[in-house]
Amino acid sequence: MKMVIAYIRHEAFEPIRADLLVKGFPSLSVSEVKGSGRQKGITERYRGAELTNYLRPKVKIECVVANGDVRLVVDTILKHARTGGVGDGKVFVLPVEEAYRVRTGEAGEEILQAHPDAAKAM
Amino acid sequence: MTAILAQAGQVDTGDTAWMLAATALVLLMTPALGLFYAGLVREKNTLNTFMMCIGAIAVATVTWALVGYSLAFDGTGKIVGGLHLALLNNVGFAPRAGTTIPQLVFFSFQATFCIVTVALVSGAVVERMRFGPFLLFSALWSILVYAVLAHWSFGGGWLAAQGTLDFAGGVPVEMGSGFSALAAALVVGSRKDYGRQALLPHNAVYVLVGAGLLWFGWFGFNGGSGFSTGNPGVLAFTNTLLTPACTLAVWMVLDTIRGSQVTAIGAATAIIVGCVGITPAAGFISPAWAMVLGAVAAVPSYLTIVWRTRTRIDETLDVLAAHGVAGFTGILFIGVFASKSWNGVADGLFYGDAGQLGSQVVAALATPVYAFGMTYALLKAIQALFPLRGSDHDEALGMDLVHHGEEAYASGEGAILIKPEGDIEDALRVAEPV
Repeated sequence: MKMVIAYIRHEAFEPIRADLLVKGFPSLSVSEVKGSGRQKGITERYRGAELTNYLRPKVKIECVVANGDVRLVVDTILKHARTGGVGDGKVFVLPVEEAYRVRTGEAGEEILQAHPDAAKAM
Repeated sequence: MTAILAQAGQVDTGDTAWMLAATALVLLMTPALGLFYAGLVREKNTLNTFMMCIGAIAVATVTWALVGYSLAFDGTGKIVGGLHLALLNNVGFAPRAGTTIPQLVFFSFQATFCIVTVALVSGAVVERMRFGPFLLFSALWSILVYAVLAHWSFGGGWLAAQGTLDFAGGVPVEMGSGFSALAAALVVGSRKDYGRQALLPHNAVYVLVGAGLLWFGWFGFNGGSGFSTGNPGVLAFTNTLLTPACTLAVWMVLDTIRGSQVTAIGAATAIIVGCVGITPAAGFISPAWAMVLGAVAAVPSYLTIVWRTRTRIDETLDVLAAHGVAGFTGILFIGVFASKSWNGVADGLFYGDAGQLGSQVVAALATPVYAFGMTYALLKAIQALFPLRGSDHDEALGMDLVHHGEEAYASGEGAILIKPEGDIEDALRVAEPV
């Protein structure tokens, strides 16, 4: 099992979510984050004070998948998140030791992304 | 100046006092509209949306003083007025002909109408139109569309001459802005994410507060359009309470039928639709018919919003539905239910004068055609000189940062001060957390 963590532009999220859903990966978590990287800051002016803000808003996606699915999920994210400009974001893949479904106590890879009907419900 | 003073003498202090207050009430409607609109857009476009309304105050006030007022209110030319009142020439303390208030007050009162109408049109193009071209458009639109339509129905132009009744601006303000908004949405085009992502209002509380303040200001808008404290103004004032309340009630029912819940943004929209519906009819129909108008006006506007959101037309804040269609309904309603016993001027079809309905139909057809056509041509002309919208990247970043360099909800986290405030020695320091 692997956890895929992606930091992406806001506008990339909706295409990624829709594509992952169609490919059978409905389970993910999303958070609004701010971060800095090589993307240059934005100049703002308030009441005579001029400042540059290097913290830019991004969307963070977290998604745990079986080892065999990592390539597919990462490629899907890369495909939709890439504009070619600085600030497109980063994707990280982390090992995951164990996984449990809270409702039943089941464990293992079977509990990941196990919603075959999710795409149809869209 | 002596000539102007010599004409004075017919000014009524009570009427003037009310009109001074009414003018201030109407001016409040523009920032109120800014708040209403700002709540309806996404967080990243809050300030730009509000600033389009504030920008309208700057631009339309100047154009109105330069030529707009004169083109609307000088003489009784069929299509436009003259230039004798340009730059406030001959506008002084003497009463405006046909009123008991100084022409200066009349000028200011009418200026606030022009301002809010320009601001209304911005609702069609928020979240993607560039700020500079919008200000240029505002300046030209206030003259080419607003002043012309105001002349037609208020200034003795051909619509007024053929008998169209329009108490407070169903023609220039409501239909003028609504059908111009449709043209503007078509020329500027949809937001890039329109139809592909949910583009939601970011603060429904702003929307409700904005609608409430608009309603408050509308008492000056309609109540002042009799230019006195006499019967027409009193009737209009009361109808401005009755009609929107009825629209609100019916809208809640329509919402319940459609989705089994009463929505807050729907309620705010209903207040606007009701205020718009009564605008042309305010001083012409009885309070009972005003209540009926409120109920009736809800339906076509409601259906227009339902229809519009299913199309590819990104007329973003539904200016057509709330203003164009509701103004259309109000203008026609006068033709049927105007009663001489209340207005002292004319009866509608229901009270025996079918001709009045004919006069109203002419206005209801001519206004949309002119507003749509002229706005379409004007924006196409501006588009030939300047791009009307920014890049997709700008749109993703948000208009606030791109055009104003500010955020509505700035936190200051991660900000580095480049040009420090006050007498600070080191030019670079991390801003203090807010």
